[in-house]
Amino acid sequence: MVIRRPPDIPSSEITPEGVYVNRRKFIAAAAIGAAGAALAPRALRAFEDDVDQEVPARFRNMRSELDERLNSYRDVTTYNNFYEFGTDKDDPAKNSGDFNPRPWTVTVGGHCNRPGEYALEDILRPHTMEDRVYRLRCVEAWSMVIPWYGFPLADLIRRLEPTSNANFVMFRTVVRPQEMPGQRARVLDWPYIEGLRMDEAMHPLTLMATGVYGMDLPNQNGAPLRLIVPWKYGFKGIKSIDHIDFVEEMPDNTWKVSNSREYGFYANVNPNVDHPRWSQARERRLPSLFRNHETLMFNGYGEQVAHLYSGMDLTRWY
Amino acid sequence: MNQKRAVLLLKVVLWLGALAPAGFLLLGMFVYPDWVGANPIERLTHVTGMTTLILLMLTLTVTPLRRVSGWNPVIRLRRPLGLFAFFYALCHFSIWFVFDMVFNVTWMLEDIAERPFITVGFAAFVILIPLALTSTKGWIRRLGRRWTTLHRGVYVAATLGVVHFYWFVKADTRLPLVFIAILAVLFGARLQAARQRRSGRRNKEPEAATAASGSR
Ligand code: HEM
Repeated sequence: MVIRRPPDIPSSEITPEGVYVNRRKFIAAAAIGAAGAALAPRALRAFEDDVDQEVPARFRNMRSELDERLNSYRDVTTYNNFYEFGTDKDDPAKNSGDFNPRPWTVTVGGHCNRPGEYALEDILRPHTMEDRVYRLRCVEAWSMVIPWYGFPLADLIRRLEPTSNANFVMFRTVVRPQEMPGQRARVLDWPYIEGLRMDEAMHPLTLMATGVYGMDLPNQNGAPLRLIVPWKYGFKGIKSIDHIDFVEEMPDNTWKVSNSREYGFYANVNPNVDHPRWSQARERRLPSLFRNHETLMFNGYGEQVAHLYSGMDLTRWY
Repeated sequence: MNQKRAVLLLKVVLWLGALAPAGFLLLGMFVYPDWVGANPIERLTHVTGMTTLILLMLTLTVTPLRRVSGWNPVIRLRRPLGLFAFFYALCHFSIWFVFDMVFNVTWMLEDIAERPFITVGFAAFVILIPLALTSTKGWIRRLGRRWTTLHRGVYVAATLGVVHFYWFVKADTRLPLVFIAILAVLFGARLQAARQRRSGRRNKEPEAATAASGSR
């Protein structure tokens, strides 16, 4: 599903917030009137409606490769785990107003022939942006279907020419406590660090995202550049990346450092390996209220990625 | 007379305050979806769990408050606070059973057995059940001194509730630690009171009479 389109959507295509809010109030009011069945009002909060309202028309009937409906733009941009802006799900949308994703530089280092400081524009220029609809499965056992906008990480890595010593790629999130209030407390070990094995990083499903719903990433979703690895738990998808390093040893990723009993390096979605505090066998497919959907091995992308892990004990390498 | 007024006023405040979270959640579910956000069940679990914990702490504050202030009628807030705490614990548990366990008793038992954070939460809830059932005047009379002993279970439930919360958070333990601190102060106040009572009894001071009246 490759759709070429410039990343900036003219603001005229976006319905003013006021209209949108009134519409929701109206739906809500109508809902009370009709509230026979307890859950009817939630059904009325049909996500397709606000997709139509806020985002380009091409998303109206878009489905994931597994033929799933998209979650609403609103849900995707108001329900985020981004501890740099606070630990509640609505903190990132509320607290990221001061964050300035432009201008942006990415520092590339380690075992590669093209290290250096790259302006974001220089990182992006050679690549063709495309929509990619993936299910994002959070380690907390909920999931959403999200149309990302970006380019394959493999294309970028090829340009940077890693050497034979580069076994892993390591990413870092920017550190700006002035703009990221969550970083003023040591809830996690800043900077946030994530990494991939080189074959995982080169896999065609692995995406460098600059946008969502065809529009630039909002700050709360990891502007201006983030990682998406659809067969892994969401915390692998590091946001607001300002360092990329090619390294020999497996990087110590932040959540593993924080609690290695609960979070590993690989973090592949796996219904057979439970989080110590909850089962990973089932997930809540938002906007559903029930946690009754069976989680798929590798989040449903097993056909494409299972070979990367053949012979590995995934109970040990969680 | 004036005292009756004051108690009534406090009770009105208590009812409004205690019903506010439930009202907020109901409005969020049925009128203002933005109040509960993209994952309403998480919000519901969060708010009901937090409210249970706060109400349990308030319930435990009443007795020391009476002791410190010397104003006895405040004790009449204790039962409604405790019952509201139980009400929210019941909601919290039911939401989990309905939406997370999807009415599946096998899954529920597995989770209770396998996940310590659920085990202690469930234990706290189970402890609160007999306390809620025996909170009526009739039961207080029938059980006599045993009622006081039984209702010390609130301390156990509150402690388990705080442990449950502490084990639940992923990285940010600041708020659970605040609750641990509050609990420590409440335990301190209790121990202090017990010590005073003992020395008071030795000195045959009238306070001993209040302490033995089964109002703890
Ligand atoms: C007196 C008893 C209880 C108290 C005081 C209590 C309190 C809490 C608190 C404060 C939270 C954290 C909410 C948040 O910050 O998001 C929580 C979460 C939770 N509680 Fe309880 N709880 C109690 C009993 C139970 C019981 C009986 C169960 C189920 C058997 C339970 C299941 C849960 C679950 C599943 C969560 C996590 C929700 C999530 O994943 O977002 N709790 N509880």
